[in-house]
Amino acid sequence: MNGPALAAAAAVRGGERSAREVLDEHLARVEERDGELHAFLNLTAGAAREAAGRVDEAVAAGIDPGPLAGVPVALKDNLCTRGVATTCGSRILEGWLPPYDATVVRRLAAAGALIVGKTNLDEFAMGSSTESSAFGPTRNPVDPSRVPGGSSGGSAAAVAAGFALLALGSDTGGSVRQPAALCGVVGAKPTYGLVSRYGLIAFASSLDQIGPFATTVADAALLLDVVSGHDPADSTSLAGAAPRASEALGRGVEGLAVGLVSELASAEGLDPRSAARTREAADALAGAGAKVEEVSVPAAVYGLSAYYLIAPAEASSNLARYDGVRYGRRVDGADITEMYLRTRSEGFGAEVKRRIMLGTYALSAGYYDAYYGKAQRVRTLIARDFEAAYQRFDALLAPTAPGGAFPLGSKTSDPLLMYANDVCTIPSNLAGHPAVSVPFGTDDAGLPLGVQVLGPALGETVVFQVAAALEAAAPGVSR
Amino acid sequence: MGGMAERITPADVALVARLARLALTAEELELYTGQLAAVLEHARDIEALELDGVEPTAHPLPLRNVLREDVARPGLDRAEVLAAAPAVEGERFAVPRILGEAP
Repeated sequence: MNGPALAAAAAVRGGERSAREVLDEHLARVEERDGELHAFLNLTAGAAREAAGRVDEAVAAGIDPGPLAGVPVALKDNLCTRGVATTCGSRILEGWLPPYDATVVRRLAAAGALIVGKTNLDEFAMGSSTESSAFGPTRNPVDPSRVPGGSSGGSAAAVAAGFALLALGSDTGGSVRQPAALCGVVGAKPTYGLVSRYGLIAFASSLDQIGPFATTVADAALLLDVVSGHDPADSTSLAGAAPRASEALGRGVEGLAVGLVSELASAEGLDPRSAARTREAADALAGAGAKVEEVSVPAAVYGLSAYYLIAPAEASSNLARYDGVRYGRRVDGADITEMYLRTRSEGFGAEVKRRIMLGTYALSAGYYDAYYGKAQRVRTLIARDFEAAYQRFDALLAPTAPGGAFPLGSKTSDPLLMYANDVCTIPSNLAGHPAVSVPFGTDDAGLPLGVQVLGPALGETVVFQVAAALEAAAPGVSR
Repeated sequence: MGGMAERITPADVALVARLARLALTAEELELYTGQLAAVLEHARDIEALELDGVEPTAHPLPLRNVLREDVARPGLDRAEVLAAAPAVEGERFAVPRILGEAP
């Protein structure tokens, strides 16, 4: 099992290549093409060069710099970096310098990674196209007239364009997997609680999870294994040993039972080609020796409705902290209420306001039971249906996104149309389960499509095992 | 459990905007009322589900309170935290007037 990040780290650790050389090669690509793509909001080339210097010194001194030695990594700009601007794609945090590093940032540095910059995202990770960023959209490296997906569109584009070998994003309803699919790279949402959220700026706390982007399944597993594991600074971090995503990559799928989720493979609004590719993926796994059958997860079809009540409800609470008092932007007013109103009205963009209001409404007296309470019960049904499926299957398959990358501006005027992008990814977030999107062929326009491998909580080992087999069987992307 | 509410009105949206400390123009109020109504209308598909007796899930993990030993340990650097605030007075966050004029 291989990938360019694994290869680069091996070459740097073995003294065959310098970290500085690997870094410069990637920074040259950024220089050449990021003016057009806008994957980065902030490049941290200077700090990356210093880190590369330390890696090279360690190698020269016979010290192993770690499993990501000399590997350029991009970070979604909702991950806190001490003293380095972290905006969440929002005017309200413009210019803010976090006083601490996210746990994942510390783990990357300790593993010898080179953090090359902070990537663009939909404002506060709310969106599926990276168009709601206050700092302008990111373009898809495969076709710059199209979106990279979102909300971690900058991270997906950075890996797809070769600006970094790896990237981290966050996935609340599909925000790693959907942009990975649209940009033709691998993206994963781990089990809720596997990766520390300390220093991930909160959107919907019961759903948010940090996940890796890479060009291969093995590289994504490498990155996940570096950042996963218990962290006392995050009270939702799982105790106990973390499953290893890299453990079973080369083992194939002989003897595994894989279910094709009927409701997601025939979801409303799915491009027929996306449905067809998912079925081809199922056939490919059967050809590789897996026992493949269709399975029904009936409540999955209600995921979208439940999510667009639960996530805004949690967001309305989390985003109450942006009040112009302790950090971020303040717009002065005659009294504190006027200051709050001006700060928040000028600081937040339209999508964020829409979700704050939706969440406030769903939580308000008289509507709580009808909306939020019902959505939480639907969440229980979805988890139960998945558990029933995992009694019979080791892993499940579903499309990642309804279709390939869409043109910029084509879905921005209709929130529901944009939200529908997440129909196949949301159920994993609601259940707290892991899922990996693997590139699998193209649509009729030649744009990349992704197929997801889903698994039970803490099923990372088998999910990545199946994902690796799917990758090996995937038709190439020729464009 | 009650059924879904009636269609959301501009007055409802004005109220939630005020509660969430967002000021809306008349145009925004109209736009958001339509958009929120569309999302809530879509959510009606869960209305028909039989959910009595189904426990709500607030969180994917069966977590209890997570406590640590009650031992002092260093927190964030105060100067660094205050440097990020829009306005400070001494070692405190400064805010505009909170109480109205005395009668």
